[in-house]
Amino acid sequence: MTSSQEIVPGAAVHAPVVHAPALEMRGITKRYPGVVANDGIDLEVRPGEIHALLGENGAGKTTLMNILYGLARPDEGEILIDGSPVRIANPTDAIARGINMVHQHFMLVPVLTVAENILLGEETMAGPIFIDRAEAKRRIVELGKQFGFEIDPDVKVGELSVGWQQRVEILKALYRNAKVLVLDEPTAVLTPQETDEIFAVLRRLAEEGHSIVFISHKLYEVLAIADRITVIRRGRVVGSRIPAETDESDLAALMVGRDVQLVVDRGESHPGDVRLQVEGLKVRDDRGSEVVRGIDFEIRAGEIFGIAGVAGNGQDELVEAIVGLRKPAAGSVRLDGRDVTNATTRQMTNLGTGYVPADRHRFGLVLSFSVADNLVLTDYYRPPYAHGIVRNDDAIEERGARAIAEYDVRTPSPDVMAGTLSGGNQQKLVVARELDGDLRLIVLDQPTRGLDVGSIEFIHRQAIKKRDAGTAVLLVSAELDEVLELSDRVAVMYRGQIVSVVDGRTADRNEVGMLMATGLRREAAVASGSIPSDAAGTPA
Amino acid sequence: MTADSGPGMRPDRPPLSGRISRERIGRALTTIVLPFVAMLLAVIIGSFFIYAADLIANKGAIDLGKPLTAYGALVKGSLLSFDAIVATLKQAAPLVFGGLAVALGFKAGLFNIGVQGQLLMGVLGSVAVGVALADQPVFVAAPLAFLAGTLAGAAFGFVPGFLKAVSGAHEVVTTIMLNYIALNILAAFVSGPLRVPKAPAPVTFDVGHAALPIFLGKTGHVGILIAVVAVVVVWWLLYRTTLGFEIRTAGANPDAARYAGMRPRRLIMLTMTFSGALAGMAGAGELLGVTHQTQTSFATSVGFDSIAVALLARSNPLGIIPAAILFGAMRAGAGQMQIEARTPRELVDVLQAVILLVLVVLPVIARALGGRGARAIPVEAETITKSYASESVTT
Amino acid sequence: MDTFLYSLPVIGLLFQVVGYLIAILPTSAPIILRAATPLGFGALCGVVCERSGVVNIGIEGTMLTAAFTGWVVAIAAVAVLGPMAPGPLGITPTLIIGLVAAILSAVGVSLLHAWLSISLRIDQIISGTIINIAAFGITGYLNNVISAASPTSAGQFEKFRPPAALMDLPFVGWLFTTILNQGPITISLLVCAIVLQILLFRSRWGLRTRAVGEHPKAAETVGIDVIRLRYRNVLIGGVFAGLGGAFLSMELSNAFQAGQTAGRGFIALAAMIVGRWTPIGGLGAALLFSLFLTIGQTIGFDPPTGQLGEIVAALPAQVFSALPYLVTIVVLAGLIGRSTPPAADGRPYEREATA
Repeated sequence: MTSSQEIVPGAAVHAPVVHAPALEMRGITKRYPGVVANDGIDLEVRPGEIHALLGENGAGKTTLMNILYGLARPDEGEILIDGSPVRIANPTDAIARGINMVHQHFMLVPVLTVAENILLGEETMAGPIFIDRAEAKRRIVELGKQFGFEIDPDVKVGELSVGWQQRVEILKALYRNAKVLVLDEPTAVLTPQETDEIFAVLRRLAEEGHSIVFISHKLYEVLAIADRITVIRRGRVVGSRIPAETDESDLAALMVGRDVQLVVDRGESHPGDVRLQVEGLKVRDDRGSEVVRGIDFEIRAGEIFGIAGVAGNGQDELVEAIVGLRKPAAGSVRLDGRDVTNATTRQMTNLGTGYVPADRHRFGLVLSFSVADNLVLTDYYRPPYAHGIVRNDDAIEERGARAIAEYDVRTPSPDVMAGTLSGGNQQKLVVARELDGDLRLIVLDQPTRGLDVGSIEFIHRQAIKKRDAGTAVLLVSAELDEVLELSDRVAVMYRGQIVSVVDGRTADRNEVGMLMATGLRREAAVASGSIPSDAAGTPA
Repeated sequence: MTADSGPGMRPDRPPLSGRISRERIGRALTTIVLPFVAMLLAVIIGSFFIYAADLIANKGAIDLGKPLTAYGALVKGSLLSFDAIVATLKQAAPLVFGGLAVALGFKAGLFNIGVQGQLLMGVLGSVAVGVALADQPVFVAAPLAFLAGTLAGAAFGFVPGFLKAVSGAHEVVTTIMLNYIALNILAAFVSGPLRVPKAPAPVTFDVGHAALPIFLGKTGHVGILIAVVAVVVVWWLLYRTTLGFEIRTAGANPDAARYAGMRPRRLIMLTMTFSGALAGMAGAGELLGVTHQTQTSFATSVGFDSIAVALLARSNPLGIIPAAILFGAMRAGAGQMQIEARTPRELVDVLQAVILLVLVVLPVIARALGGRGARAIPVEAETITKSYASESVTT
Repeated sequence: MDTFLYSLPVIGLLFQVVGYLIAILPTSAPIILRAATPLGFGALCGVVCERSGVVNIGIEGTMLTAAFTGWVVAIAAVAVLGPMAPGPLGITPTLIIGLVAAILSAVGVSLLHAWLSISLRIDQIISGTIINIAAFGITGYLNNVISAASPTSAGQFEKFRPPAALMDLPFVGWLFTTILNQGPITISLLVCAIVLQILLFRSRWGLRTRAVGEHPKAAETVGIDVIRLRYRNVLIGGVFAGLGGAFLSMELSNAFQAGQTAGRGFIALAAMIVGRWTPIGGLGAALLFSLFLTIGQTIGFDPPTGQLGEIVAALPAQVFSALPYLVTIVVLAGLIGRSTPPAADGRPYEREATA
């Protein structure tokens, strides 16, 4: 399969003639329990326009698009297509109105062919029962040609590269005569080369009159491809720009805001000897792709080392490799000089490692067990909690009571089932187990995700307490504020590598945000002109 | 679809006192009230079946009081005389063993439907050794024969456990296949090496002194006591030992178990072996305590009944005793019911099926009504199918 | 060298076994096909369900229910309409009524399974097991009651007996003596397997089914109603299971017996897995397992000779009765690691909240 055309990105190729907007969303509000995902959002997209929707993780972009696509219903507000209000109750409605969505996580069935995936739900029929495969394939090949690539409809989608899968998703939309094409983080999984190619396709689509909504958090790309940019933060529109009139730092400021979060006084840190050494670490994900691509860093005793980065850049796998849940493909990890590259979780725990996992329901807690049992999950076989094979219930109870008091876990007793605790208290429970005692290293992975303010503050204090006691702390978080507030040194992880390490106190918030979003420092992006460079960018 | 949420968003609501009492009601419902509701519904639906049988037998004439007669006879035959109670306990004993076997499996996230086959191997093991030791003193012969049955069951439980741990073959299908294989193994041995020469139909010798001593009435054998001991031992194992903790963790959350350093494969094999051993005890108890010999087929419904007992007891060892007594009573009284009311004894199977259905359906409905707190209460059901389609067991 | 020498007799034995199997194939093929009918229909039921993502352990109970219901309703029809002279293939109106009832009862049981596992999202294996237990209990009970009343038999479907002239034709004759001299239900198995294979891979229904079984979320995003599709397919599977069950009491024999399915529903699941979740594959695997089911019978009237014959004669009969179950386990254990079921198999689907 081939694709043609090399386009210079950064130049909006056309100035759209002003007609009635192809798509308008007015005053969209959507509430979920505990959070307002969209708060009175207005969005207007013109025909033949590429409109970017920019915002951080959790800003509300995906919710807004799910509403547009019929996967959710707004609490307030309306949607207009070509000027007339419409009701979109489900994806079939959306598709019927010419709205098509390419999801961030591809909605493709790997074992089915390209043609079958495209046809699904919109099958070209030969009679009432059978699919007209010949006709369908013909149309698909032709559509591909129209937009600059040659596609083989009989290849199984699972065998295609991610870039080509992306094209199949776009073809899916075109096959259904899409007027408005919504792409949710389309370049999240593409290489720079593939990104160029997709941009070329998108420009062709825009020229043909299709409207494109391009959801992203990547500043550079948004500037390169969009005709207009709408920035969303915490469920609200905070600004609208034309690329010619803005730049990365302006956008970054809008995206990330100047809200000051909880400030926990972190005091001074006194780093000691090197505690954890990671060298040349490479780790594969469940599908076999290398998502940690050669990482080096050191953490000293008594310091908090934060790794900032948008979720999905390899952090989970890095953390799992360090704590022993995943075997690295290459490289080494040393704790106190001892090689623990292939150590098991139990060995790591016994060497003094505490781990607060990102998904507490998977690795952190057994929801159907009591609070007390959860507290001894990693120690259950040792005295005093067990002598030989027999468990010592008194010691376990006592630990439970102590933890509840010390770690402020709001629950009537240690016998209560962990599943009945609120999210914040569940996390405190995990912290009570993993951060207790004299530890050499603690690993905190997204430790405050989804928690209330009080719990967040508590956990931050615990981390600092451990640091002051001489423990080395590794903090991995997608929340930039959290990382900047707590860390003594901050590393930014982008596409499986560390692209920069800066001092936590003096770091420029916008600079770090840019690094998270693009992997490049501002000077490097400007200096290298408009052509995206290699993933690692210019290392700090 | 969940909203992306982050720090600074409105917090999780703290537990309200109202919700806590709703939770308590939810839990009370599922552990105590639920079995009663199940039994009530079973009685009602059973009545229709009783009427049906009556209709067909009497070509159209309905005796409206029939269910009363039938259930009355059921109760009479199981509870209303000393002999009846002994009969109930005798029926309950193997159900205790079998129920424990299934419940233990459930706790580990395994579905052992092979109790029937493991039980038959228990019969085989105990009869083989029992006949061999028939002339020895009872305190040598009986324990050894019982042990032999237990070990035979254990071996038969080990096989599906091993297959699952090593190849991922789901225990549901392998244990069911083994049930049929066990049938054939027993028949082969009884027609072959164990057969009494010159007997008109294949049958084994009597186990003589290896029979379990009687301690209650004329037929209440020691197996009943062993069953109670087994309950205590299994309870102690599950809730007081580290091994039991590992088993329960592997069943409740295999990922957390993996993080905690437990080894799921080893636990699967161990659990299935224990489970098989318990089922073997059921068989040994029946053979050494009741029949004392066997023909090529050993008639018993304990295999399926055990699943019902385990579900009724919600996999809690202590709950197994009342559940086993309930089903044991039904089986014990079925004979009387057949005599007095002419209702086929298979009615008990129908009652059992209804109870099971209700037990499985009602908690789901209760959860839907119980709100957020109740949703945290897992139904054993949830963990089991997870591994059916996935390739292999975790590390 | 020693190992080689010791292994020679074993290899020799294997040759004898293979030789024997090839020799008996022509005469035993019809028997094998006949016995494969419930297995094949069970496998088809399994394929339709699992391709949509629903595990159906209750095929055994469903078939049993159908076997019982078909028999009972046919007998009732005979009691009401009087016995009738059998037409071609042994067909009588009463038998047809029974067959329809059998299928409907199987669909009803499948509806229960669908409700439990799709709507209530109860563990699919527990749901299936309960159906099996309920089916055994209820059919056993009612069978006891009805048999006691000594009803008049409704007869059974009979094999197709082609006219002599047809049998002499070269290829067609062979076709008729080996494959098509079967009763109507068996023949419909062949038709169903072929039709289902074509539909599964060429029709719109087939495409949507496969998508839902692999990636229900993707199907939902293109507007397919996952829940409704799963319900429909489970019911369709019920039709197949119904035919498989009806076969036992209405074509293979003329009466119902307690526990008549004897584990065939589970062997059918193994056949489905061996056949890689395809209809034709399931049929093929069913034939393979059926070979082992009937081998005891075949050896009875056409025993092997020579060394193999001595070994076979010395083996207790139960070895052959146990063979199909043993083979099933070996196949499952050997294959399951390497064969992949539909990706979403067994996982209850939670619809995105759209309100």
